[in-house]
Amino acid sequence: MTTKKSTKKTTAPARRRTKQPAQYNASNDELVEFYEQMLLIRRFEEKAGQMYGMGLIGGFCHLYIGQEAVVVGIQTALKDGDSVITGYREHGHMIAAGSDPKAVMAELTGRSGGCSRGKGGSMHMFDPERGFYGGHGIVGAQVSLGTGLAFAAKYRKTDNVGVAYFGDGAANQGQVYESFNMARIWNLPVIYIIENNQYAMGTSVNRSSSEIELHRRGESFRIPGKQVDGMNVLEVRAAMDEAVKHCRDGNGPFILEMKTYRYRGHSMSDPAKYRSKEEVQKMRAEHDAIDQIKERILDAKILDEAGLKEIDKKVKAVVAEAATFAQECPEPALSELYTDVLA
Amino acid sequence: MAIEITMPALSPTMEKGTLAKWLVKEGDNVESGDVIAEIETDKATMEVESIDDGVVAKILVPEGTDDVPVGQLIAVLAEEGEDVADVDAAPSHAAVVPTPAQEEAEVPVKETAVSVVSVAVADPAVPEGTNMVKLTVREALRDAMAEEMRKDGDVFVMGEEVAEYQGAYKVTQGLLDEFGPERVIDTPITEHGFAGLGAGAAFAGLKPVIEFMTFNFAMQAIDHIINSAAKTRYMSGGLVQCPIVFRGPNGAASRVGAQHSQNYASWYANVPGLKVIAPYDAADSKGLLKAAILDPNPVVFLENELMYGESFEVPELDDYVLPIGKARIFREGADVTIVSYSITVGEALKAADKLAEEGISAEVIDLRTIRPLDIETVIESVKKTNRCVVAEEGWPQCSVASDVSAQLMEQAFDWLDAPVTRVNSVDVPLPYANNLEKAAVVSADDIIRAAKAVCYAE
Repeated sequence: MTTKKSTKKTTAPARRRTKQPAQYNASNDELVEFYEQMLLIRRFEEKAGQMYGMGLIGGFCHLYIGQEAVVVGIQTALKDGDSVITGYREHGHMIAAGSDPKAVMAELTGRSGGCSRGKGGSMHMFDPERGFYGGHGIVGAQVSLGTGLAFAAKYRKTDNVGVAYFGDGAANQGQVYESFNMARIWNLPVIYIIENNQYAMGTSVNRSSSEIELHRRGESFRIPGKQVDGMNVLEVRAAMDEAVKHCRDGNGPFILEMKTYRYRGHSMSDPAKYRSKEEVQKMRAEHDAIDQIKERILDAKILDEAGLKEIDKKVKAVVAEAATFAQECPEPALSELYTDVLA
Repeated sequence: MAIEITMPALSPTMEKGTLAKWLVKEGDNVESGDVIAEIETDKATMEVESIDDGVVAKILVPEGTDDVPVGQLIAVLAEEGEDVADVDAAPSHAAVVPTPAQEEAEVPVKETAVSVVSVAVADPAVPEGTNMVKLTVREALRDAMAEEMRKDGDVFVMGEEVAEYQGAYKVTQGLLDEFGPERVIDTPITEHGFAGLGAGAAFAGLKPVIEFMTFNFAMQAIDHIINSAAKTRYMSGGLVQCPIVFRGPNGAASRVGAQHSQNYASWYANVPGLKVIAPYDAADSKGLLKAAILDPNPVVFLENELMYGESFEVPELDDYVLPIGKARIFREGADVTIVSYSITVGEALKAADKLAEEGISAEVIDLRTIRPLDIETVIESVKKTNRCVVAEEGWPQCSVASDVSAQLMEQAFDWLDAPVTRVNSVDVPLPYANNLEKAAVVSADDIIRAAKAVCYAE
């Protein structure tokens, strides 16, 4: 197939985006909580990147830096018994679900104190007690699996929902549409979160997708969808509240497309030559999720600079503790090689 | 305390790289995330970001330096409030030394088969006087599902045409009437999707029985069977279970061509984390399907379309459950062991009858479970007969027969008086023409020929 010199298509206008998207009416405490959670994920990921560079973390390591508002906005809208599943860029999802950062970092270093006792690694982390079901390395597989988790919620006649996160790349996998179809014909309480960070590894949405308005991908299945500014935690939360209500009320699946951006490469070994430095810098400077909420906290005088600094320090301490634990914790015993294959 | 910046590893395989360019100089202020240097690896030029806020106190490796090993100190930052002049450029640690394992034990001897079962496992005794009923394999499978569904509300059946159509091969006949559409669920033609949906439901603790109209169509779903169902328990360190059964007809039926006729036993048997069952008769179909549904692990349950209508005696018991992983000695013999499974057991029994007429006493073993493989029962038999033929309707290379042969060579070499011989289907996609198809699949005559050969008989 021939490729045109310019790969940029004319971007269609966002047809369904409301002019003034709803913002979650967060209390002061919630704003501070969102800030702290997003900052924790970012500092955690920065530390993970650093430890990867030091050779303490092996294999593939996909960082979540830049996308923090999505997971924090989504996770805070959930309740006990709801399930969450995602792909391999899931360190932030574990932390947002309430998993111990020490166990997450120790999994990255492949140690016995890791959440999978060192057997899963960066891409395979789980915390079913907190409703988190991984941590899956095959692009798109989590969409069918997450639909099954939502199926279980309905089968058991609960009002719980299932959340299946996937990226703009996974949005082109066939099983996503097989899942959409089943979710709609059976009215499953599943919320599909498309984390559209605009690049499937090195291929932009424009180059890979015939319909780049990914929230419309459910239309032929009669699944409602909404596009959301994924860099704004309050918009994420407001949209998620709407989706959760839709599901809990028994109306079936819902799609939320989160327009977001990862600042780092696809994985640690990605030089990211498919986009300009200016593009990344512009997102960081103008749309950063953490900066946005920080300004809001300062403008509303909820905390002053010193108060924010205290949070930074606290977060730094949590990350430092996780990093120390992950390095001091022993590797799994060799006998672990043979355990957990079968029940 | 000063912040040390070391030569980063920027890919899973990088050991050293060229420090191509510094983008900062001593005395510069940097923030966490700022690009401070460029590094060339064997694959690409990568940017190095600062790991913290601070002032560049010392640059220790000049730009243009080749072969800088990963972990070497390349620069030092002074932290906020720290005097740049005071920063000690000597590394506080030499290089990154991976933390040693908890036990510096010698590497253990690798076990070739992890999922073995004890020889002591045996079929439950059928009490004397138990009424035996004639059931088809189809009815036995249906009864197994119905009995487990009655006992446990978490068990449900899902697949194409399993409900209103009553099963493409009528295996799920009557289940919809008894259990309703919430537990007997017709799916769209979506193997990949519903296999994944089933695995997800199993993660949540339900016990799905996923029917594939044939295992040939499960090729669409094999990613979920292997990557999702079989591996998740291990990858999660035991936190997430997947108690699911994937079942349906497997292997050749009658003149349905190459794409509908493959035997997948060896494919699934290759995968740790799965159990693989392939029964022959009705009693085993019932007892093993019940065991599969009760098992907390993902089970691949391979049926055979040609066997669905065959009738066998089944003990009339409330709860007839057989052990997974236990072979069955179908017929005792002294001169040669014939190992088989699924439909080919029937050919092996026919062969044994004919061999008996010629004075050769064949012992027929039905493996019943392919993983874990009950090699002990086969070895015990070979110790008696000293000869073995493995018959399997399926391609020869990397087959179940190949594996049984290899294990006998490793574990029973001294007991063998002849090479273990494999009898497999012909190594071609299955043809449609009646004569060609017959020539391709395993027949009793093929088994007889091989048995005579290992007995050095004419």
